[in-house]
Amino acid sequence: MARADLMDFDEACQRFDIALGFEVHVELSTRTKMFSDAPNPASSEFHGAEPNTLVTPVCLGLPGSLPVVNEQAIEHAISLGLALGCSIAPSSRFARKNYFYPDLAKNYQISQYDEPIAFDGSIEIELEDGRTVAIGIERAHMEEDAGKLTHVGGATGRIQGAEYSLVDYNRAGVPLVEIVTRVILGTGADAPAVGRAYVSTIRDIALALGVSEGRMERGNLRCDANVSLSPKGSGVLGTRTETKNVNSMRSVERAIRYEIQRQAAILDAGGAIVQETRHWHEDTGTTSPGRPKSDADDYRYFPEPDLLPVQPSAVLVERLRAALPEPPAARRRRLRETWGFTDLEFRDVVNAGLLVEVERTVAAGAAPAQARKWWTGEISRIANASDREPAELIDPAAVAELVGLVESGALTDRLAREALDGVVAGEGSPAEVVERRGLAVVSDDGALVAAIDEALAAQPDVLEKIRDGKVQAAGAVIGAVMKAMQGKADAARVRELVLERAGSA
Amino acid sequence: MTELTRLPAAELSDLLAEREVSSVEVVRAHLDRIAAVDGAVHAFLHVSDAALAAAAAVDAARGDGAALGPLAGVPVAIKDVLCTHDMPSTAGSRILEGWVPPYDATPVARMRAAGLVPLGKTNMDEFAMGSSTEHSAYGPTRNPWDLDRIPGGSGGGSAAAVAALEAPLALGSDTGGSIRQPGAVTGTVGVKPTYGGVSRYGAIALASSLDQVGPVARTVLDAALLHDVIGGHDPKDSTSLPDAWPSFADAAREGAGADSLRGVRIGVVRELDSAGFQAGVTQRFHEALELLVAAGAEIVEVSAPHFEYAVAAYYVILPAEASSNLAKFDSVRFGLRVTPPGGGTVEQVMAATRELGFGPEVKRRVILGTYALSAGYYDAYYGSAQQVRTLIQRDFAAAFAQADVLVSPAAPTTAFRIGEKVDDPLAMYLNDVTTIPANLAGVPGMALPMGLAPEDGLPTGFQLMAPAREDARLYRIGATLERLLGERHGAILDRAPALA
Repeated sequence: MARADLMDFDEACQRFDIALGFEVHVELSTRTKMFSDAPNPASSEFHGAEPNTLVTPVCLGLPGSLPVVNEQAIEHAISLGLALGCSIAPSSRFARKNYFYPDLAKNYQISQYDEPIAFDGSIEIELEDGRTVAIGIERAHMEEDAGKLTHVGGATGRIQGAEYSLVDYNRAGVPLVEIVTRVILGTGADAPAVGRAYVSTIRDIALALGVSEGRMERGNLRCDANVSLSPKGSGVLGTRTETKNVNSMRSVERAIRYEIQRQAAILDAGGAIVQETRHWHEDTGTTSPGRPKSDADDYRYFPEPDLLPVQPSAVLVERLRAALPEPPAARRRRLRETWGFTDLEFRDVVNAGLLVEVERTVAAGAAPAQARKWWTGEISRIANASDREPAELIDPAAVAELVGLVESGALTDRLAREALDGVVAGEGSPAEVVERRGLAVVSDDGALVAAIDEALAAQPDVLEKIRDGKVQAAGAVIGAVMKAMQGKADAARVRELVLERAGSA
Repeated sequence: MTELTRLPAAELSDLLAEREVSSVEVVRAHLDRIAAVDGAVHAFLHVSDAALAAAAAVDAARGDGAALGPLAGVPVAIKDVLCTHDMPSTAGSRILEGWVPPYDATPVARMRAAGLVPLGKTNMDEFAMGSSTEHSAYGPTRNPWDLDRIPGGSGGGSAAAVAALEAPLALGSDTGGSIRQPGAVTGTVGVKPTYGGVSRYGAIALASSLDQVGPVARTVLDAALLHDVIGGHDPKDSTSLPDAWPSFADAAREGAGADSLRGVRIGVVRELDSAGFQAGVTQRFHEALELLVAAGAEIVEVSAPHFEYAVAAYYVILPAEASSNLAKFDSVRFGLRVTPPGGGTVEQVMAATRELGFGPEVKRRVILGTYALSAGYYDAYYGSAQQVRTLIQRDFAAAFAQADVLVSPAAPTTAFRIGEKVDDPLAMYLNDVTTIPANLAGVPGMALPMGLAPEDGLPTGFQLMAPAREDARLYRIGATLERLLGERHGAILDRAPALA
């Protein structure tokens, strides 16, 4: 739908009740896959491997191969379930979801169907202005990821019009936990913000638990957003669409907003919403129809006969419960106090989705104020300019390293920003970039003194002025020295040296 | 060295250990026998070209004084449903023609590690669907007792190879009787172990909750020796039992040496002693019971009222699981690929491949299973069948409270003629009425020869079933009965036609 045909967002929110629902897939970062000992590309150790190199007969569904459950994945799923306030089923089962698709090696997916490992939970999320919203969790279940198709020969990279497709089974069998919310009602115009805050909270939880790397750009966290509209006060649920492929926090927000406006326009014109999956397009900021989805989709589920029921002991569940990190709200309170941020400063970090990044940067040795300054400042600026997420650009450890270089005087702020550019451009760690680009501050007094002498020779009256008490006259020499040193000098040190020369230091 | 092919594996084992013969001699004798008779029998789909080298390696190890297992150097045939890294593994299907897996099935790997020498891969009904081996994409196997008759199925190739003296031992798989029914109609011994007793890793799945790999042999002791090699926990199969198993060979030797069966309660299952069975089968069965009584066993009649629903439940559960297990045969990653004229979408290529690659019985069961699992029909079919399965398990539990083992004929008739039932699936399915209950309950079962039917001179089989995990009981009592029957009938394979 063209932008012009959408209903104004505020009008849509006034005239319709909005119902939301989310299915978030979290890729677990276990070393091996869900049902085989193949390396798991959702772990950084193996990310980016050549296609079809992280596969075993099990991943390829070769005849005679059998799945074996990864116990680490079960523990991660239980931890995630507990952190979402869920009950953990004493016995749950895997089922086969049968459908033919070339990225699905066995032409069935092993998933949990009527017996999920975790169910009936709730989490609290916080909006930008500090208001909290409770989100009901229906279930969290385990399943295996499918492989990845690359469509070749079409203009759009989509299957329509492609000449052929390539299949990479590296991702086949990556362990997933799918978290399904209950219907979320009454958000009104906050709907997009609720979506963003929900996904952001799930990511925070997964990162705090250490069960996933949570990098949305790698697909570690994938969100399907369900949206439906009904006339204000009607008390019924409208027909929903499920928007897939919403793979950044910003997209979650935008996609929900777009769907509300699109559906409102259709309903306003007397049309009907088609129950379907829709695909989010980051470039155009719109959704387009995928395949029609009806409740009659027949996946011929039946219990997976190759696997035994999952029966975690009460001892295990309690051990995992005891090891849970603190809940997000309590954690935020603690961090704000520890870091000594103002409410505004802290909310800036949270709203930018950078809490974990700042925390990790602090953990890597940076002062909290410096960590915040870099993440919400320069890194966010580069991210916005390049339409990426800040966390994609640089590791927290590298940010801490930058901060350290500035503090030790090895870099000035300006040089540090240049080093950041280098790190973002993939030139290596900050130290490597400094080395390669020759960014280090000149800390050799000899070189500085030589430059100062040269500058003084050009401006002989300066020393006089300083001696007469006009200390600000040093500025001209300092500027000339900094220029001569191409900015790689510590201005404070240059000033000290100039004043020394004038004998008034 | 024709005589070597007549010897049971246990005797070959002794001769090899005493260095009276070499493995190369034993293997060559069997390869010669295969060359001589398999044109008529067609038990093998593939004969290994590595067998003599493997035999020589065992001989060399023995020469170096290596500690070898009892079956080291003994040749074995392998049902084509089991993956072998050095031979095609087709499961009797066109869709896997020429496919060589990158790995060995666990039972195969364990045999190789124990020094057994694979002779080749044996014929079977396609994907183990059938009771006659007529549904193989590569043509039927013939019964060595009468080349116009079926050798049973689905493991007709393994049973025929052992009966025709082409191999002393073979591996089979039994989903509803595919080891035991061929055993019955070829005069060989076949065992379906307790579900979970032998790893299914590398066995191309028919129905995962029913499939079990087991031994095919000419004596109870031989079957036990092979079972000892292939059995035990395998971490690659989640349904494999973690149990420590006793030596089945010890149990068989103990049984063969037992003077009496005093204190043993033999349960005759009323529902499996049917008036509808072939008269000669029923006659031999009752004679065998008399031998057991004469040896001091107590005969108890037990009832298993839900066994009459077993075939119906089985033909829901099996196709349902098979329809899903066989979905992977889609041409994308391995096996046959058929591209429609002028090319096609991936769906069209998948459809064309499955159309050409699967035989009619496979298609029939895939369609049945797909239907049975469909939304709206699941409860009526798959759900009900699973309930029947529970009831049958309860029948077994009640029967085993009264008896140590349950017994029945292993098959209702002797071998029927090739072509006789191939167009009548229901008649074919009823052939497994005696063997299916054990699969549905996961209990072990054994078929052993009980003499020739007077009316047609063809082998009949006796079935023993024990509670889950009590496979040793089958070998103990089976070996005693085998000795008693031998004293009465002689070794029945001695009366089989010479073939060559």
